Amino acid sequence: MRFTLFPLLLLAAPLAAQNAPRVTTPASQAAAPADDDTALEVDIVGGISQPLSIAVPVMPTPRATPTPEGDTVSLGRQVAEIVASNLRSSGLFTPAGPGGLPAVSFAQVTAPVFDTWRANNASALVQGFVQANADGNLTVGCYLYDVSAGTELARQGFTVAPANWRRAAHKCADAVYARLTGEGAYFDTRLVYVAETGPKTKRVKRIAVMDADGSNHRYLTTGQSTVLTPRFSPLGGQLVYMTYADKMPRVYVLDIATGSQRPLIAGNFMTFAPRYSPDGRNILFSMSVAGNTDIYRVAAEGGTPVRLTQAPGIDTGGSYSPDGTRIVFESDRGGSQQLYVMGADGSNPRRISFGGAAYATPVWSPRGDFIAFTRIGGGQFRIGIMTPGGSGEKLLTESWQDEGPSWAPNGRVIMFHRTAQGSGKADLWSVDLTGVNERRIPTPLDGSDPSWSPLLN
Amino acid sequence: MRILTTAAVVTALLASGCAKKKIAELPPADVTSGAGGTTGADGATGLGADGSVAGGAVAGSQADLVARAGSDTIYFNTDKYELDDASRATLDAQAAWLAANGAVRVTIEGHADERGTREYNLALGDRRATAARNHLAARGVASDRMTVVSWGKERPVAAGSDEQSWAQNRRSVTVTAQ
Repeated sequence: MRFTLFPLLLLAAPLAAQNAPRVTTPASQAAAPADDDTALEVDIVGGISQPLSIAVPVMPTPRATPTPEGDTVSLGRQVAEIVASNLRSSGLFTPAGPGGLPAVSFAQVTAPVFDTWRANNASALVQGFVQANADGNLTVGCYLYDVSAGTELARQGFTVAPANWRRAAHKCADAVYARLTGEGAYFDTRLVYVAETGPKTKRVKRIAVMDADGSNHRYLTTGQSTVLTPRFSPLGGQLVYMTYADKMPRVYVLDIATGSQRPLIAGNFMTFAPRYSPDGRNILFSMSVAGNTDIYRVAAEGGTPVRLTQAPGIDTGGSYSPDGTRIVFESDRGGSQQLYVMGADGSNPRRISFGGAAYATPVWSPRGDFIAFTRIGGGQFRIGIMTPGGSGEKLLTESWQDEGPSWAPNGRVIMFHRTAQGSGKADLWSVDLTGVNERRIPTPLDGSDPSWSPLLN
Repeated sequence: MRILTTAAVVTALLASGCAKKKIAELPPADVTSGAGGTTGADGATGLGADGSVAGGAVAGSQADLVARAGSDTIYFNTDKYELDDASRATLDAQAAWLAANGAVRVTIEGHADERGTREYNLALGDRRATAARNHLAARGVASDRMTVVSWGKERPVAAGSDEQSWAQNRRSVTVTAQ
């Protein structure tokens, strides 16, 4: 896949040759300053903040050009639609457009008529263009403006093969999100999950992969064997999951592009609950030997597993800290499911959950600051977060049965699945750390066990 | 098919009026007495096979195990894997049947109800099946004739989201290998 990203400044020469918008930004603009004093900031962690109004008009093209994905005029509209849709999905923005907004000329992309947007009550403005290049690629320019101050906040250009035009739109939305929230990007990502069909007593489950916005959906397994808990490699191209293909629960490693797969370890033991280390080199998993489940580590390419937990009881759900030095896991060694943190070598396990309920499925945030979990109590299964030390517990959802959190790569949004009482039907949901912005993720069939990919590059 | 057979037996249990809050206390004998001619909401297609149980199933078959041992299924309390007296009695009868059918190998399937997280329930189902397996081994069944498989909460026999359904789903099933 060809995909390049560069500051728009680099486009200056070729664009100028085609009478493109002047690029006047100084060379130092490539990375937005984190401590900028602009008033346009969106707080995603603290509390409930008013969503930011942002206008996303149709992106013009310097010259209408046919491409395998449609001409650049229609792509300009579609890119703007995706940018608006991505921003809306975060719950932090109230995008307007592209429909119903004033048209933007190509020359205005870098010279917005701010009064127009002030009249539209927009606080921020995303403009851009879609241009077909001589080599057949597309360049999508993406510009973010502070409307009230009348200043430019960010600009980026993305050159992609026409087939990847959606990703350029996601990258543009990511640039806007990152600049306005100060958080990492997460729109240009993929999801793996378990697609479910059939009656509750005999569900058919297949691994499915899709872009985070639901596009490019495809199935990776046939449904012949029950499959569970797919998890992306932090390197992106592979996933681990559990399957009954061998008539017993076993962890397999699957290459997404080729579909080739292999058992994680040899032997006839039940293995499950796999999860990659942050550097992708190791995989934590649970293995039952004579009815006792412990957590093990093995090299991602296979080899001899190293046992990390020793206590009798169920030790499962291991998840590394982002620096790889610690592991959070769940154990019933104390009588009920609770969360523990230990060293990566299994040393010094210490209980961190004390909230008067059962705690399960811990997942360490890629940012390191929180651990997401499922809390079981009071007839509910709820998604929550706490610090790695166990303080600051905060419940983000409330439902009959929410479980299985997975972090977006920015560590600020969590996806999980929600199972309905009675029917047992499950679907995917996301929630941010405020707990306010909760959203169902549409899938063609029912969905469970979501796992977020790293940010694509 | 194996699942369906199990569903039919449980359905029969219910229809025979013996489904209590604690299904683990069910006397094993009731399974066979109620096994014939009952139709249920789930797994009804398995009932035809069960109907022939009383008449005499093929020796060594699943139906034969159910008929002669009283049940292929034992039940557990919430989040528990201890065997109660009824379960031990059922397993003793299964062990005797296995002794009389020395060529038969079995898979012991452990299950959990839906009110647990997925991975924990896989481990819990494994614990339950292992408890059954260990009891059978203690009664003389050779270890190499038994395979433990946990299904966690993936294969309930009762589809409801209520205590009665959950009680039926917290189970271990001894399944003859073909």
